[in-house]
Amino acid sequence: MPCKNCLQKPVIKLTNSNIQLCKQHFIKYFEKKVLNTIRNYKLIEKGDRIGVAISGGKDSLTVLNILNMLRNKTKKFEIEAIAIDEGIKGYRDKTLENAKKFCKDNNIKLHIFSYKDEFGDTLDNFLKKTNMKACSICGPFRRYLLNKKSKELGFNKLATGHNLDDEAQTIIMNYFRRNIETSARLGPITGIVNDKRFIRRIKPLYFMTQKETATYAFLKNLLVEFNECPYSIDSYRGDVMEMLNNFEAKYPGTKNSIITSFLEILPLLHEHYKNYTPINNCKICNEPCSQEICQTCKIVESLKNKVKKN
Amino acid sequence: MVKVFVERENKLIKINARTAKQIMEILKVNPETVLIVKNNELILADDLLKDDDELKLLSIISSG
Repeated sequence: MPCKNCLQKPVIKLTNSNIQLCKQHFIKYFEKKVLNTIRNYKLIEKGDRIGVAISGGKDSLTVLNILNMLRNKTKKFEIEAIAIDEGIKGYRDKTLENAKKFCKDNNIKLHIFSYKDEFGDTLDNFLKKTNMKACSICGPFRRYLLNKKSKELGFNKLATGHNLDDEAQTIIMNYFRRNIETSARLGPITGIVNDKRFIRRIKPLYFMTQKETATYAFLKNLLVEFNECPYSIDSYRGDVMEMLNNFEAKYPGTKNSIITSFLEILPLLHEHYKNYTPINNCKICNEPCSQEICQTCKIVESLKNKVKKN
Repeated sequence: MVKVFVERENKLIKINARTAKQIMEILKVNPETVLIVKNNELILADDLLKDDDELKLLSIISSG
């Protein structure tokens, strides 16, 4: 069966439908759907100065590619890229090379911040002296640096490469861990409009599946090879991802239903949690947090007290 | 026989199969986690394969 719109050979069959698209029509479909997300959820406004968080992986380079196209076309907002070097040998060094090359080729300013400069050591070395799981250090550190550095660089929004699969996993993880308040801070655009301490996050790939995003990145030659974080295998997220992929293979459309159901209840979550957890400033670093000392400073302190294991 | 390069395990194997869908069933690879590439082009899981075709299963797991 050919492409739905022409006689060309299809490169993808869309989830939960019989629609097959060729390369050209899939790229068109993908970009249109991302632009619709940006428009329908007002992710970008005139005059925005947007930081695009990139890892050099398929998702973030896809976002950067599409926002760059849109910026060049409309000239109504600015973008710069921001990357975090956690210090994961054999992985992040490779993906950062991708990121640097893409930014250089497309004339996009790239800012790189490392755990080593900001927290004193690489993630690889931190993990040698603690039993903490990689993602428990990496998640808070990365979020912290992206928010702090985005403010310093004068961004008013931060775009990330989160796709539909990532968001569906987070929603389910929050359910399983009874963490619903955290889900109130999900959605295509997050953050509090009038609180300058938090940079608002936008997720242009919110409705694009991992498979669609990878297909787009492949067709647009955005990647040389697909890399996988060596620490991701152990994570709770990895288990949820596997479960959802198994469900999706058996019951196509599952992930999409998780997202659409979630968006129906998100306004209720916002209403319910609007007065919860007052935001303080961390007593050590002065960054916003829900307790007296932020999670990042707690982890930094605990790592300082650890003696190197052999 | 079809030759399949499994990126995630970095190995080339020979399999008796008519479609990529069958290959993924044999190798227990979830179709959600890979792109199927033949001659540097994407193909669908149900596309018919010929003897000596060479496929790549590219892993697409995102990890930020």
